[in-house]
Formats: sequence, structure tokens, C-alpha cells
Amino acid sequence: MAQTETLFKPGHTACAGCGQAIAARLVVDAAGKNTIIANATGCLEVFSTKYPQSAWAVPWIHSLFENAAAVASGVESALRHLGKKDGINVIAQAGDGGTADIGLQALSGMFERGHDVLYVCYDNEAYMNTGIQRSGLTPMDSNTTTSPPGSASRGNPRPKKPMADIAAAHGIPYVATASVGYPQDVTRKVKKALSIKGPKYIHVHVPCPLGWRHGPGQTFAVAKLAVETGLFPLIEIENGVLKPHTIAQVKPVEEYLKLQGRFQHVLKDPEALKQVQAVADANIRKYNLKPAEA
Amino acid sequence: MKEFLEGSYAVAQAVKRCRPGVISAYPITPQTHIVEDLAQMVADKELDAEFVNVESEHSAASVVLGAEATGVRAFTATSSQGLLLMAEVVFNIAGMRLPVVMATANRAISAPINIWNDQQDVAAVRDAGWVLFFAENNQEAVDLHLMAYRLGEDPRVMLPVMVNMDGFILTHGMEVVDMPTQEEVDRFLPPYTTSYKLDVENPQTMGFLGDPDYYLEMRYMVEATHRDVLKIIPEISAEFKKVFGREAGGLVEGYRLEDAQQVFVAAGSVCGTVREAVDALRKDGKKVGLLKIMTYRPFPKDAILAALAGAREVAVIDKAISLGSAGPMYLDVSAALGTLGARCPKTSGFVLGLGGRDIPLKSIFETYEKLTGKQTDCTFIGLKPELLA
Repeated sequence: MAQTETLFKPGHTACAGCGQAIAARLVVDAAGKNTIIANATGCLEVFSTKYPQSAWAVPWIHSLFENAAAVASGVESALRHLGKKDGINVIAQAGDGGTADIGLQALSGMFERGHDVLYVCYDNEAYMNTGIQRSGLTPMDSNTTTSPPGSASRGNPRPKKPMADIAAAHGIPYVATASVGYPQDVTRKVKKALSIKGPKYIHVHVPCPLGWRHGPGQTFAVAKLAVETGLFPLIEIENGVLKPHTIAQVKPVEEYLKLQGRFQHVLKDPEALKQVQAVADANIRKYNLKPAEA
Repeated sequence: MKEFLEGSYAVAQAVKRCRPGVISAYPITPQTHIVEDLAQMVADKELDAEFVNVESEHSAASVVLGAEATGVRAFTATSSQGLLLMAEVVFNIAGMRLPVVMATANRAISAPINIWNDQQDVAAVRDAGWVLFFAENNQEAVDLHLMAYRLGEDPRVMLPVMVNMDGFILTHGMEVVDMPTQEEVDRFLPPYTTSYKLDVENPQTMGFLGDPDYYLEMRYMVEATHRDVLKIIPEISAEFKKVFGREAGGLVEGYRLEDAQQVFVAAGSVCGTVREAVDALRKDGKKVGLLKIMTYRPFPKDAILAALAGAREVAVIDKAISLGSAGPMYLDVSAALGTLGARCPKTSGFVLGLGGRDIPLKSIFETYEKLTGKQTDCTFIGLKPELLA
């Protein structure tokens, strides 16, 4: 689609190379114009809707940080009351903090109540809008402003919260992870999700050049390496059945880490490196990411 | 038709007649009967609405925010900690100019945990931008809900409205209520229509970032609307009277104020007790009266000054306290009276009834005695000295 035809208009103030801006455009363009979006507080909201300008060519609402899922529940309930739900997509979207931390309760409620809403999490692995603080989706050993490495720390001490599994545990019909490094896959998953009635969850991995400290031209390369190393598994869970996207040639995590400032301390610390590799290895086993032996 | 009804049930019946399309609430005592009754009406198809059972008050407020932003009339109800948990959304709803209506079954705030009545919950969100109504009895609780939708959805207003009713005292109290018919309500309250909504035919962005170049004006506009609401409420009250044949939802209401030298100022159900005390004191030859505050935000300063300008002494009865200062209504009333300069009556503040402590007639008499003594900002009435020793 040519840029002029997109529903996410140019002229917003995202950083160069922002993975979230690219993913948000892919999502809304896949959904089409009969879509209402409820957006949480965060980078995306700030860089796209500074009064009196808006990048959104679809009806769009922002209320607060933790309530995108609940606002979307209200929008969807109102559409049902009006008899207009068929033919209108409702999307709730938030960052990793707005989804996995402060917004998790509202999201769980939206899933449990069965609202016909697609929830999209744009995961850039820290609170970027407030200055790169650690979230529940910050990866193991990552250097953020609130999980700095030091003589008593290797950086963030925990692996990422398994959001896709948490979503799937609610028994919702469709859960997927995606990466902005694979744009056609993002589009396909959004279209697929919107063809299914009920609550849907898509978790999109979106590099942040500012917070991850990589060049703005490396967004796609970094995103792809997260997938190719097993650190960000691409999966779909349809009605509880796992469908992994297998990795043809698994790469060592160093290849991913060395492109990013937030992991430079890991490369100098063999123990930390082992810890990060162990996360990738565990993902590969857990989600069956290796192709079956011929 | 006059019926003998529990306050919660009466409010649920009134809300039903307002035809909300989305109702969302989270259980908290003593609000629960209102939403239980509405849930049953939806279950019985007496009311065509989506009833959304949420996982918290924060989400209850967020759901009605989303529904109202989609152009559908919405209702929620809460109390106490629930109102505090939704406080963030409460402020947001007003700033977004969404005419949500909420019943607040007023109740004390933790700690200590206490489920009984006072008005500390609403006091905590008085600055949020909502129109705040206070009901004295169940009839007013019913009528003020009809007023709330009509006022909030007025294109000149577009603000949320909270109807405060004292928890248990009104919500669980049985009174005779003249319940309006559906036809009457339909005549008074037209269907909600607005172009300010999420609509795929006319996409617009709601909930912008307002930077320092715009924020001040956005807040000013909410404040300016509140000034207008002071004029619009009497206008809508007059229309209410035309349809229902009784007064409802004014700014303030005076009782035996004509020649009153000492005036009590109060809001909510305590006004019934004060009225009785006024009658008794009048029998003893004391020239006392009551000024009931029905609309607390916007604060009806001019109406209060007009009613109190002739008084020598004013006692503001608060069922709330700004800890470290005084009762919030006292602070408002005394600030207003202060603008009278030399004509300002001696104004004192009294805190009564926190956490459901009963307010018997003798507490009002005691307030009267203290009022005629030395001026005081914050005197508690009804304390048990043996517990403080």
C-alpha cells in the first residue's frame, strides 16, 4: 500500500527507525477503515496525537495507561447495543508496560468476558516513553535505566513474562506473536485474528533504536535476529493448539546482542551470555522452534 | 405512581427509565442493590442494555467511558474505595467531556475499613470536573438521576454527573417515592445523540495529548462550562417541574430562612434531621434555618450568598474532612462568605457522622450551642471522650 493510502498518516513524531510506528501502521492498514482503536498511554499515543494533530484516519480514543482493554470493552459493548458490531473491528493497543504490567488486570477481564476485540501489544521491552525503565517484558540481563548492570547486577534479573501463554490460558480463540521484522506475517495475523469472533491477542516485537541503542537503519535486522536466535519465538495458538514458526537455522544469541548497546555488558560477561543463551534454548524447546529432523 | 420502595431499587427503576445502553459496575457495599436490580432488569429483558461485569471499579469507569465515547448512554455506580480506585478515570471522563452518570452510595474511606455512611468518598474527587448532586431522600435520588442525564448530555454542558446518596441511610432505606412513568421520562429525556463519538463514517481522534500550548485552555473550558451549568440547572429544573409536577435538582434549597439568624448548611440525608432540629429550636423562639446544598459542583456561590447574607451565624455540617484542615464544604462556604467582607456572618465548621456514627437531634442541638459560642473551623460533634482518654 502506498504511504498516502495508509490509515496511519505520515507527519507523526516517532523516532527514526521506530519499530512500533511501523507495526502500528501495518496493524491498522490490515484492519481497514471500519475499525475503532482504543490506545493506551505510551509512545504511540504521544507521537501520533499531539493536539491538534492526529495521524489516525480511523476513529481512535486514548483514555489512560492501564485501561485500553476496558475502554475497548465499552466501545464493543456500545456497538453491540447499537447493533453495529458486525462489520466494525475493535482494536485495543498498548505497549509492553501497558499490557504486561499495569494493564494486565483489565486485559484479563476483557479476555474472560469474551469481548469481540483484538488486543495488540507492541513490545519494545521497556518503558520507553518515560525513559527506558524496566518492564515485565524486559528481557534477561538487559540494561535499562532501572535495571542497570553494576558490580552487584547483570542488568534485568528476570526473563520476559510469557504474555502469549498468559493470554492463551484464558481460553481465547486466537493468540499470536509477530515481529515487525516480518511485516507480511504481521498483516496476515491481524487479518486472521479479525476474521475470528471473540477476544484475540497479538504480541508484536518492535525494536526501539533509542532504548535498545542500535542504529535506526537496523530495526528490521535486529527484529529478525531476535526471532532467529529463539529469543523472540514466533507462534500462533489457535483454540489452544500451538503452531510454532520454526527457525531454519538457529543463530547464537551474540549475533543479536552485539548490535545493541543495552547488551554490551553481556558480551563481556561469559556467565551473563550463558544466561541469555539459556533463555533462547528454553524457548526453542518450549515452543518446538526447531524444524523436525528430515 | 407513589410506591413504597428501597432507595436502591427506586434508583434502579429511575435509571431503567433513562434507557442506558451500557451498564458496568463492580460490587461494593452499599452500592450493590442498585446494580443487582439493573442486572435483573437486563436478564428479564425489561431493559435493553449491555450489562458488563468487570474486574474492578477502574474498569467499570473505563467501560462506561468507552461506551459513552461510542455515543451510547451509560451508567455506573460505586462507593468509597471503589470511587477512589476509579478516581483516575473519574477525572479522565470529565476532561474528555463524556456525559456519564454515576450513582455514588456515599460511604467512609479506609483505614480503618468501615462500610457505613459518610461523604468522604465524594469529597476526595470533588475537583474532578463532574457535576455533583446530593440527594436528601429517595425521591430526590430518583429525580436527580433524570436531571443528571438531561443536564450532562445538554450540548452546552457535555459533562459527567454524579448523584450522591447516603449509603444505607438512603440506599437501604424504604420511603414513599413518586415513581415517574416511562412516558414522562421519555418526554423529559430525549435519546442521546452526539456527533462527538467514535464513528467509522466520521473518524475522529478522542483523548489527545494537550501540551502547554493547549492544556490551560482545555481546563479553562471545563471551568467555564461549570459556570454555565449554574444557569442551566434552574432552567432544566423548570422543565422537570413542567413534566413531573414537582421541583427537582435546584442549586440550593432553603428551609425557614426568612428571618433566620443562625443557619445550618448541609447536604444529603442529614438535612432531614436538621429540619427537625430547626423546627424544635424555632419552637423555643430561636431564629434558625437550614440551607441545603443540592449542587456542590459547580459550587453555587451566588445562591449561597443570597441565602446567607442576612444570617448572623452559619454552621456548616460536613460528613467529610480534609484531614489537616477542616470539612471541605465548610472551606467552600466560608470562602464564599468571606467575599462579603464586613457583612460576612460568623461561619463555623462542624464534622459529624463519620463512618456511620449516628447523627441524632441532640448532635444538631449541640452544634447550635457551639455555633453561638466561639468561632471554630473544625469541631467534631459526637465524639466519645472515653475513647480518647
